[in-house]
Amino acid sequence: MALQNKTLELSVGAFMLAGVFALIFLALQVSGLTLNNKSDDYFTLYANFSNIGGLKPRSKVTMAGVTIGRVTAIELDTQWYEAKVTLAVKRELLGKLSQDTSAAILTSGLLGENYIGLTPGAQEETLQDADVLRDTQSALVLEDLVNQFIINATKD
Amino acid sequence: MSEPLVDIQHLSFHRGSRAIFDDISLQVQPGRITAIMGPSGTGKTTLLRLIGGQLLPDQGSVKVAGHEVSQLKRPALFAMRKQMGMLFQSGALFSDLSVFENVAFPLRVHTDLPESMIRDIVLLKLEAVGLRGARDLMPSELSGGMARRVALARAIALDPRLIMYDEPFAGQDPISMGVLVQLIKRLNDALGLTSIIVSHDIDETLSIADDVYVLAGGRLIAHGSPEALKQHQGAQVRQFIQGLPDGPVPFHYPAPSLLDDIYHR
Amino acid sequence: MALFLSIIQRLAYLMISIIDRDAGAFLLTKGDQTRVNLVHWGRSGLAFTRALGRSGLFVVQGIQGFPKSWEAWHLLIRQLYFVGVLSLIIILVSALFIGMVLGLQGYTILVDYGTEDALGQMVALTLVRELSPVVAALLFAGRAGSALTAEIGLMKATEQLSSMEMIGVDPLKRIVAPRLYAGFIALPILTLIFSLVGIWGGMLVGVDWLGVDAGAYWGNMQATVDFREDIINGVIKSCAFALAVTWIAVFQGYDLVPTSEGISRATTKTVVYSSLVVLGLDFVLTAVMFGSL
Repeated sequence: MALQNKTLELSVGAFMLAGVFALIFLALQVSGLTLNNKSDDYFTLYANFSNIGGLKPRSKVTMAGVTIGRVTAIELDTQWYEAKVTLAVKRELLGKLSQDTSAAILTSGLLGENYIGLTPGAQEETLQDADVLRDTQSALVLEDLVNQFIINATKD
Repeated sequence: MSEPLVDIQHLSFHRGSRAIFDDISLQVQPGRITAIMGPSGTGKTTLLRLIGGQLLPDQGSVKVAGHEVSQLKRPALFAMRKQMGMLFQSGALFSDLSVFENVAFPLRVHTDLPESMIRDIVLLKLEAVGLRGARDLMPSELSGGMARRVALARAIALDPRLIMYDEPFAGQDPISMGVLVQLIKRLNDALGLTSIIVSHDIDETLSIADDVYVLAGGRLIAHGSPEALKQHQGAQVRQFIQGLPDGPVPFHYPAPSLLDDIYHR
Repeated sequence: MALFLSIIQRLAYLMISIIDRDAGAFLLTKGDQTRVNLVHWGRSGLAFTRALGRSGLFVVQGIQGFPKSWEAWHLLIRQLYFVGVLSLIIILVSALFIGMVLGLQGYTILVDYGTEDALGQMVALTLVRELSPVVAALLFAGRAGSALTAEIGLMKATEQLSSMEMIGVDPLKRIVAPRLYAGFIALPILTLIFSLVGIWGGMLVGVDWLGVDAGAYWGNMQATVDFREDIINGVIKSCAFALAVTWIAVFQGYDLVPTSEGISRATTKTVVYSSLVVLGLDFVLTAVMFGSL
């Protein structure tokens, strides 16, 4: 046998391990999959927006620029014909966000992705699991802005 | 005469529209060396593959030890092949295994013998072909004659009843040719084997064969002992045995006459 | 229009010759060139269909034929070495350079919009979804596929397969099955390694050289790359490619004309057919996975 059996088996074993390592790396570091991705680490909030722009499931939820959760679902509320967005926010913030916390759909950069930014309120009472955020601000749609600008400009 | 080990009756075989065999019948008697001879391209190797069940006949029957080869299911066929050894023209050693492992291969796949016993058998078989000292070489390091001898050791590893040689002498120098002739004869007599030799090396083959069949053009043209064949009066047989360049088998490939070819075009 | 008609004509000829081979031979005697084409097209159509059927039976027998013994694992590991480990160098080097090029190109495009922070996302998605499965499969076809074809072809030409059959060992089990399985296993692993190294190469250029923020590079990537949607789909793609390439390579080796010319032609065929099938299959799979068909 041209090649020692041991070396051969060792190299094949290392090859397979490299494959497993690559998969784990891609899962954790590239796709940001966390192993303790259980729902009890998050609590749920709802927010209705009249327009969500380019918001997608898995978009970030931030407060003061810090990521504190993710958008888990977006559906159409057929009662008001608004977008009903489900947010998963880290459980450590349960009981710490005031009732009048406001949510806004923001854009990172001029053409970047949409995300939700929360701004703290002043009330004593705090948000509980499955509460609804009342104070929301829809996405700025670029076309609307441009339209408004043109209309205003032509009025003058 | 006892029951023939290989019994071929009215065999026909076609490749495309060309008939390789057209109604041939022959018998191989146990314990004897049967030679099948004929010019190149008469399908002698094909005949061996038909006996081994690698090809199936279009018509007629091929029986080995009383079993119709074409009727055997795959497991039975592979079981039958354990009873057969075949020496291929090129030796056909497995190029990724050493000489020792090549000879051990049939033992490892077909028996559950312990390693020490496999070693003993392999060394005995290699001793029989005189290559015990070459057991650690790789096939690429062997000469053609040595490779053939190793292949022979591998073919007899399972002590088969029948061994088939496909052109064992082709392309060998006189020394290894002599060694192979001796070996085939000795193995046949010592182990009580039955041998089929397919060859067109007339002198070597006739010197050890007991029965000879001569094929040409898909038909059997002569059958008998080597002495009888040397005396044979048929023009075709004489041409083949004596190696005459022209005769019933023409020197020229069929063509219009040379004059016509030159002047009319 | 003329082209269209001639295609229709040829298809008709093809059908006739498939149905009745003698009709083709009969027409040949008329010496008409188009009739000669008829026979030719019919024959090759027939031969193609037969080869396809043969290869289908072949791969099914090969997959079923994997012997369940300790010995078989040795054979498989040996083949994994030849098919997988030996392809590693070319995969690593190509992945590094492709990753670096993606980093460079992506940066020059993104920086015009001030969105160079999205570089990580671009590099990772390009690699994981498309480039890794496809390029790894093409390299695999060139490196391992051609070697498989040549090796099995040589075994056939030197009668090793026949002699194995005569020893009573089925070459489909002993030679073909371990190689098929090794190919199926090796290519997805190589693809994963390709993605890993490529993303690292992109970071090397983007972050270390061009100064994209490392946090943004990884963060953006993690925010957009989805494990199931992107990574698993990429792996599924590479599994499909592995099946196709290994199948073609092993079958071409097993089915070739056992001469030196036959071997060289079959090796070329392996690389050409594999590449075409991989690219075609990639479009279909992409359409199914990511497109909204």
